[in-house]
Amino acid sequence: MGYTLVYLSLIVLIPLATLALKTAEMTWGELWTIATSDRALASYKITFGASFIAATINVVFGTLLAWALVRYRFPGRGIVDALIDVPFALPTAVSGLALTAVLAPNGFIGQFLEPLGIKAVFSPLGITLALVFIGLPFVVRTVQPVLEELEPEVEEAAAVLGASRAQTLWRVIVPPLVPAMLTGFALAFARAIGEYGSVVFIAGNKQFETEITPLLIMSRLEAYDYPGATALALVMLLVSFTMLLAINGLGAWTRRRAGHIT
Amino acid sequence: MTISVRNITKRFGTFTALNNVSLDVPSGELVALLGPSGSGKTSLLRILSGLEQPDQGTAFLDGTDLGSQSARQRNVGLVFQHYALFRHLDVFENVAFALRVRKRPESEVQTRVKELLQLVQLEGLGRRMPSQLSGGQRQRIALARALAARPRVLLLDEPFGALDAQVRAELRGWLRRLHDEIHLTTVFVTHDQDEAFEVADRVVVMDHGKIEQVGSPTEVFEHPANDFVMRFLGHVNVFEASFEAGRARVGEVFVDVDRPGDGHGRLYVRPHEVDIARSSSKDAIAARVLRVTPLGAGLKIELRAPALGSNLRADIDWDRGTALALRDGDDVFLSLRRARVFAQAA
Repeated sequence: MGYTLVYLSLIVLIPLATLALKTAEMTWGELWTIATSDRALASYKITFGASFIAATINVVFGTLLAWALVRYRFPGRGIVDALIDVPFALPTAVSGLALTAVLAPNGFIGQFLEPLGIKAVFSPLGITLALVFIGLPFVVRTVQPVLEELEPEVEEAAAVLGASRAQTLWRVIVPPLVPAMLTGFALAFARAIGEYGSVVFIAGNKQFETEITPLLIMSRLEAYDYPGATALALVMLLVSFTMLLAINGLGAWTRRRAGHIT
Repeated sequence: MTISVRNITKRFGTFTALNNVSLDVPSGELVALLGPSGSGKTSLLRILSGLEQPDQGTAFLDGTDLGSQSARQRNVGLVFQHYALFRHLDVFENVAFALRVRKRPESEVQTRVKELLQLVQLEGLGRRMPSQLSGGQRQRIALARALAARPRVLLLDEPFGALDAQVRAELRGWLRRLHDEIHLTTVFVTHDQDEAFEVADRVVVMDHGKIEQVGSPTEVFEHPANDFVMRFLGHVNVFEASFEAGRARVGEVFVDVDRPGDGHGRLYVRPHEVDIARSSSKDAIAARVLRVTPLGAGLKIELRAPALGSNLRADIDWDRGTALALRDGDDVFLSLRRARVFAQAA
């Protein structure tokens, strides 16, 4: 208990408290002005918006991917399973470079998107794609163990009881997965909000358009504007914290409903 | 509802789970499919439920071919060994599932589920989650769920296999009484002979994808059709024998048999068909008591009989046991009341 507290304080709480103290050097008015400047607001919009969309996409496709990995035996399954973890392991700057190279107008995929009028780099779309990439393993790895626990017999029981495939999916398969999907969403979302390395290359970082909040914090720091940086950081901290709390609460509630007694 | 199975064959790769099986289950009967694992009993049940398709042959319900109906169209009740309850739904909604997917009106669902919870004696537990129930309660909920849409037949796949011995014995009796109440044609899969005998009207003994014998519990136990059924239904002493002049010769001993054999073969004697005496008589076999074990209603005696060339087991009742006062190492004399011989499998 003692060790846990000391460790947690050193690693997490003290830096966060310093952040709050640093911000306290400003008046509320100054803080409010910095935190709600047009440039800051635009960056929140792109950061939280793209993160939310990316996490949503990941919940849908991550769950499908986990499903395929758990339920089907296909050649190369082991390799696919291992590849899921690549975004975890890859330095984010490497992911960013790779994605930019692939999606650029002369890139492997970008060359097909360009004639269609789709701009995949230096656009919100590019940011979202990068965030989908880095968030995927969080959903797959949280949903996978729950799916493995779900016996195929339950689906057979539903079929014999007269349920159609769609009814089986919505009444039998998805409900027990919801807590894990929410947790996966929360993790992917939290990671996406804080993501810097993989996004800055692909974003193009145009003010009011593709400038994410972490980058804005960086540029404030580079200009020796510490109060400005910490004010933005505090906003991000508060939003992330609230989101995590809400999603954890939701997860606990659905888990109780799903019959897991904790 | 009568069930008819005609010439069904089912293979999984190179393994033949069912080999040209035919079976009739009359309306309202409770039939047990009894056999060791891999005998094909579960495959047959899954084919009846529509979860597996036969490679050849047909199954009929009251004369209608089931081949064209999927599992969800058949309206059969199926109970799994590991319950397969919906963990995220409470007991009430588990039982109501078949009615919900059929979009029955709420009032009907309420009435029917209450009725079923009463039938399985779990009224008042409707709002519990499956994880809060004991194994026996879960299986009764699974049964109520299977009965909700008034299925045409009820199929039970080792329903008590995951329960401990005492609960299992209790549920057997309960299932039999339930069947007498609702008279639904029921097929029950088990590898436990006691369970099959206690619950079923008729027993279908299966081995290696084939039906070895069909009959009432008394029929299959008293008149086993072949050596597999003889060996599978309870303990049996087996002796290598040669046949001479209508009698069997085991080691140095001649034994009367119920049918004349030819050349060499095997002799089967149930432990309760071995008599033990303190004094010798005509044809008696000398033996020594190795071990006496109390076993339910009687005593299990393990014996060594040098003349027979092997050890054997005899079961005697308590009164006889008290009269004999057997102890380990005592010398006794045996006579075989009945010895069976079966035609050699081709």
